[in-house]
Amino acid sequence: MSTRLATGGRLIDHAAPMTFTFNGKEMQGYAGDTLASALLANDRMLVGRSFKYHRPRGIMASGAEEPNALVGLGRDGQFEPNQRATTTELFDGLESTSQNHWPSLDHDIGAVNQYLGRVLPAGFYYKMFLYPRAFWKHVYEPFIRHSAGLGKAPQDRDADSYEHFHVHVDVLVIGGGIAGLQAACAAGRTGAKVLLIEQTAHWGGRAPVDGGVVDGISVDAFTQNLIAELDAMENVTMRLRTMGAGVYDHGYVLGYERRTDHAPDMGGPRHRLWRIRAARTITATGAIERPLSFSGNDIPGVMLASAVRDYAVNFGVAVGDRTLVVTNNDDGYRTAIALKNLGLDVPAVIDARPAGGGALAQEAASLGIRIETGKAVAKALGGKRITGAAVCAQAGTGSVDEEIECDCIAMSGGWSPVVHLWSHCGGKLIWDADHAFFRPDPARPPLGAEGQGVVMAAGSANGALDLAIALADADYAGRKAAEATGYRPKRGRPPEAEQAGEAPILPVWQMPEGADQTLRAKTWLDFQNDVKVTDVQLAAREGFESVEHTKRYTTLGMATDQGKLSNINGLAVLSEALGQAIPATGTTTFRPPYTPISMGAIAGEARGDLFQPLRRTPMHEWHEANGAEWEPVGQWRRPYCYIQGDETPADAVTREVTAVRQSLGLLDASTLGKIIVKGPDAGQFLDMMYTNMMSNLGIGKCRYGLMCNENGFLIDDGVVARIDADTWLCHTTTGGADHIHAHMEEWLQTEWWDWQVYTANVTEQWAQIAVVGPNARNLLEKFTDDDLSAEAFPFMTWKDVTLNSVRARVFRISFSGELSYEVATPAGMGRAVWNELLAGAEEFGATTYGTEALHVLRAEKGFIMIGDETDGTVTPQDLCLNWAVSKKKHDFIGKRGQQRSHLCDPKRWRLVGLQTLDGSVLPDGAYAATQARNANGQRKTIGRVTSTYYSPTLKRGIAMGLVENGPQRMGEVIDFPMLDGTVQQVRIVDPVQYDKAGEKQNV
Amino acid sequence: MKRYSAFAIAREALRFHSGWERAWRSPAPKKRYDVIIVGAGGHGLASAYYLGKNFGITNVAVLEKGWLGGGNTGRNTTIIRSNYLQDPSAAIYEKARSLYETMSQDLNYNVMFSPRGVIMLAQTHHEVRGYQRTAYANALQGVETQFIGPDKVKELCPIISLEGPRYPVLGGLWQPRGGTARHDAVAWGYARACSDMGMDIIQQCEVTGIRKDGGKVTGVDTTKGAMDCGQLGLVVAGHSGVLAEMAGFRLPVESLALQALVSEPVKPCMDVVVMANTVHGYMSQSDKGEMVIGGGTDGFNNYTQRGSFHHIEETVRALIETFPMISRLKMLRQWGGIVDMTGDRSPILSKTPVEGVFVNCGWGTGGFKSIPGSGWGMAELMAKGHSPLTEEFSMYRFREGKFIDESVAAGVAH
Amino acid sequence: MLMLKCPYCGVMADETELSAGGEAHLKRFGPQSSAEDFEGYLFARENPKGVHVERWRHVNGCGKWFHAARCTLTLEVFGTYSAQVTAPPQDIRDAIRAKHPDWRWRDMA
Repeated sequence: MSTRLATGGRLIDHAAPMTFTFNGKEMQGYAGDTLASALLANDRMLVGRSFKYHRPRGIMASGAEEPNALVGLGRDGQFEPNQRATTTELFDGLESTSQNHWPSLDHDIGAVNQYLGRVLPAGFYYKMFLYPRAFWKHVYEPFIRHSAGLGKAPQDRDADSYEHFHVHVDVLVIGGGIAGLQAACAAGRTGAKVLLIEQTAHWGGRAPVDGGVVDGISVDAFTQNLIAELDAMENVTMRLRTMGAGVYDHGYVLGYERRTDHAPDMGGPRHRLWRIRAARTITATGAIERPLSFSGNDIPGVMLASAVRDYAVNFGVAVGDRTLVVTNNDDGYRTAIALKNLGLDVPAVIDARPAGGGALAQEAASLGIRIETGKAVAKALGGKRITGAAVCAQAGTGSVDEEIECDCIAMSGGWSPVVHLWSHCGGKLIWDADHAFFRPDPARPPLGAEGQGVVMAAGSANGALDLAIALADADYAGRKAAEATGYRPKRGRPPEAEQAGEAPILPVWQMPEGADQTLRAKTWLDFQNDVKVTDVQLAAREGFESVEHTKRYTTLGMATDQGKLSNINGLAVLSEALGQAIPATGTTTFRPPYTPISMGAIAGEARGDLFQPLRRTPMHEWHEANGAEWEPVGQWRRPYCYIQGDETPADAVTREVTAVRQSLGLLDASTLGKIIVKGPDAGQFLDMMYTNMMSNLGIGKCRYGLMCNENGFLIDDGVVARIDADTWLCHTTTGGADHIHAHMEEWLQTEWWDWQVYTANVTEQWAQIAVVGPNARNLLEKFTDDDLSAEAFPFMTWKDVTLNSVRARVFRISFSGELSYEVATPAGMGRAVWNELLAGAEEFGATTYGTEALHVLRAEKGFIMIGDETDGTVTPQDLCLNWAVSKKKHDFIGKRGQQRSHLCDPKRWRLVGLQTLDGSVLPDGAYAATQARNANGQRKTIGRVTSTYYSPTLKRGIAMGLVENGPQRMGEVIDFPMLDGTVQQVRIVDPVQYDKAGEKQNV
Repeated sequence: MKRYSAFAIAREALRFHSGWERAWRSPAPKKRYDVIIVGAGGHGLASAYYLGKNFGITNVAVLEKGWLGGGNTGRNTTIIRSNYLQDPSAAIYEKARSLYETMSQDLNYNVMFSPRGVIMLAQTHHEVRGYQRTAYANALQGVETQFIGPDKVKELCPIISLEGPRYPVLGGLWQPRGGTARHDAVAWGYARACSDMGMDIIQQCEVTGIRKDGGKVTGVDTTKGAMDCGQLGLVVAGHSGVLAEMAGFRLPVESLALQALVSEPVKPCMDVVVMANTVHGYMSQSDKGEMVIGGGTDGFNNYTQRGSFHHIEETVRALIETFPMISRLKMLRQWGGIVDMTGDRSPILSKTPVEGVFVNCGWGTGGFKSIPGSGWGMAELMAKGHSPLTEEFSMYRFREGKFIDESVAAGVAH
Repeated sequence: MLMLKCPYCGVMADETELSAGGEAHLKRFGPQSSAEDFEGYLFARENPKGVHVERWRHVNGCGKWFHAARCTLTLEVFGTYSAQVTAPPQDIRDAIRAKHPDWRWRDMA
């Protein structure tokens, strides 16, 4: 059984016991444990079920590469599915649950799938569930969806917070193993600014577990010295629990810090996303041990040899009482030796190499461990737990020599450098046949902004598995990286380690070599996704020759571990099936992140109220306190209407429109864009920007202007006021302020840069209040002695007016057809003026009104609205605004575009008013159609509604729309098909449906 | 071709699946083909398939620089919908959607078309009006859609938050017969069917030159030798511009990176596809259980198949506002594809200045959902010289100013 | 995640500070131009797999437009320069041609 040893465990604190639960059962662990080591200490071997066959699965690894031990952690707003037990630090009160089974982990109905394994080969779903057609949606797919998936989806809103960090460094070192420490030290000693990050909670990586001697001291002591030296350097920052998640272009690297996962009560952000810009990055990300491919290699109790060693040395956990070691390289012997030294039983080391191993093998033999060379595991025995192994010759087909009783099999198929981060941004790999792995090709690194290599791999991540070579390699990388960023490394020798005399690895991709179909069909490559050797062979036979095809067809490497254990083994099987060398097959593309990172961390702080900034006018709080129904307009909120008492929004709009038409209304118009255009060439510039002439606008006058893009389509409109000889104030739509200002700047900076013009977006510098209605003048006159008479202050002019003591700029313009003034004051005075005007307006029965009343008022008058009458495909001519398009100007933005054949087509849809015969309100978006159909069977449309409202003034529906050749069809009745099959008959009328003569505004 | 079925699988199981034949042949190129299609992605293979199926033209080669289906066909978010505003778009996307419904049976290959329904959220008043307009347009186009209120949105997708602090859900455009399909299977299914008709799919074969004689195409040079052809179809998405230059004309396309990501798989929690265009994000759940997420494109020309991470941040941020529960899911993998964008963001299916050369490109972010319709129209265009499906998508529309602009209703994300 | 140096304010700007503006040095064609020229001006963009000369705006910074020469295959940047020129300056061309001797841009010499 799997047990805790009485002593030992370099990472745990025997004096600090902790309680946690697994599937509701209370268990004990120690501070320093991972959830995986604690589960093993409690003899919990079966921890999950696989994706497809629901096979029982146990812990296989001790780190980020773990494919099986995925659990749900926490509860409610802190529940998280699919967390790897091997990278989850234990804390007191941790709650965990296993996944992907029903009704329970030990008795899972889904496990019946494993008996159907033979009819569920790779890609089976492409070949079946075809008939009857309706069954896919209603029967097959729901079934597949429910048996797939892993953990439960979280239900609640996330209770934790997240944040982003931004850092710039000279040298970023990813990985705090011995190579990373050495590289960081070498770089740090030059004075370069260094950031060193390590994904686990400990520095040193696996070197202290594997042992050795460096510069005459133990590797553990050497590591401690490096940490102390780094700690003392002010130019070096070190972070544990921070993973290098992805390497991107131009030296951008993502770090993922799991700040409080191990201590949920600590407070503060749970995860932190580090957005790092590094001049040079060193990937000292280590290597991952490969499993061996033998039948039954997925049974709980089969584990990577290095993991068995980690659990024993780091956590004082013996995974088995009797551990059989099976290997094709010398490293496996380290596990045998470590276990033996702890007093555990190692019945044998099965070494696939006919000649056996080197110095470590001798050491194992000297400890009395039985060594079988040229042998293989034919089959692991057991169901939910290993009971033994059938041993055979590696060179044969699997005829069993003997069965060895054991409760753990520690396997080592060799090591693969972690090349993910190197590869994310274009770093290339080479196949190292001597060591049977892909390693970074130093000649083809990821390139930076200047075309230079910006990433270096170091240590075992660079293929230097031997401690002595790894240290020298890391020292070199650290110096080189610092040098490349402008620092000068001092002379000095790299640390020297004793080199172990290792015998070469024998690549073993199938155990035994000639394993028959029955064995191969139980030999797992991808443990989580249940991909077996036979699946990859089938894919190759069916023509899925590209490694990308095979991956997608079999799902090899597509699980949450992204193939960290399975990719190379799968690749080798595929290459063999295709009869080609491994490098000819190539690898799949490595994509970020290295291991999954939380969506919360990606989003960072910007959630809820911080998701996007809210822009507020000076009167925002007043609106809020006075019943505003908000309408989001860009990043602003504008009152749609103000609800009084039991009113519905429609009631409120009717009340507001009526008040304006009959007496007085006030509108917060502050969001309207205001752009100052100033300079000797400002007039000339505005003549290019607007379709009509602006250079000849008199000082003190206002003019309505239209703006188009180069394609000739209308993009914005607004009133332009001439302030003085070289200053114009351009009003834009609310949504247009920023992009119209940008549009102006673009033309000024990139086309007419020799014109002397300055622009400034002053939208937020001004509060603007529209005072609208027959009593508008009466109201303003209460606050000023200035002459506001029609003669002294005519329509389409502006004036500086002192309202009480506040100097305001007042525009006499109208978007409602009423007598109307827009009062602009410095933003800081806006609220005060608003309050005063409101108080003064009470005697007129005035109301404030919102955007909907504004729309109704303008629609009654046939005024167009950008975004309603326009949609990016509409020209001024379409809107019958030819009067605002200069014929005299030889050029303006959009003029050439409007000359194109489709834009002068006489059959274009043009603006008209629309009136239903029954007086009802036409629905928004409705189209007019004839009975004809086009070649694709679609009804021929001849027009559409662009604005439609109930008019409280006219007491019926009013609408505007674009109709084919509309202005020539006044009085004609056309059909608008409704969605319920009925037809609405609509008469084409003048767009101006109220006060056509304009008498109300000319008073 | 051996037919696929549950019985076939049972039969093969008895002999350890040793009898499965290649899904498609891997032939050596012939000297001459009636039609050469460049690009064995979904669009190229579909074009070839319908040339054979609808017009009996089977002396066809489909040339592929890499591996078939290895481009955007295999790196998109697999959404299928046809709720487009403009008539030409609605026609071709609806044709595609209807062909997806029967594709598995037609190809004898389960492409897992899942008509689970697509909601496009309306989160501003402007979007509400835009989608109401689309619903009216769709009714006249024969596309079944409906504008639904917030309650119905919540009923269809319980994990959605209607009350985002910035953009409340005001309703949505619902296309019940939209959905998703297994993207790789679409390419593989077409490839198998094309191969079965005798067409040659030649992978690892890059076109290096286009041969002309007096303004008419006569063949191509490739890394596997020269081949003659009567007609040439260029169907290579982000790389269209390069091939057009080879043929001697310029296409109004720019190549940009579009990114996507998936979460780790979880048990079913979302039965529809949701698109939120105001905040630029969309999400669905794959049959495997992953949340499949996409957003907008990067703004600069890019052939690297890598995008910039801040777009991922923006997309995820937007979707957490819409689906708060995904905050505690983890991103498993992110990737990018190269999309070809035209001046109006609508595709080009067109004759070209070179006689016999046809182009099918510019699908931008909407390529996957259109594959069968695009192939159908392209085949008709090449076989008959014109097709009602492709007529409005001519490359010459830009000169006339006759755009097909889908951004007008609301948003442009696919 | 690009970084470009804004030639106006001198800041090494992160991509999040910038907005891309498409091909640089376009010649504007106005009301008297031919249909072909006008179409070319608006739509026929250079789209090379290689060095691209393009416009950027330091939008969340000094607000200025500038130009950059950048490879679309490697994202290598050969330099940034003023928006107020009609062709890439010599030092930029030299930097490009040092790595891409055959580089050409439209009809520029």
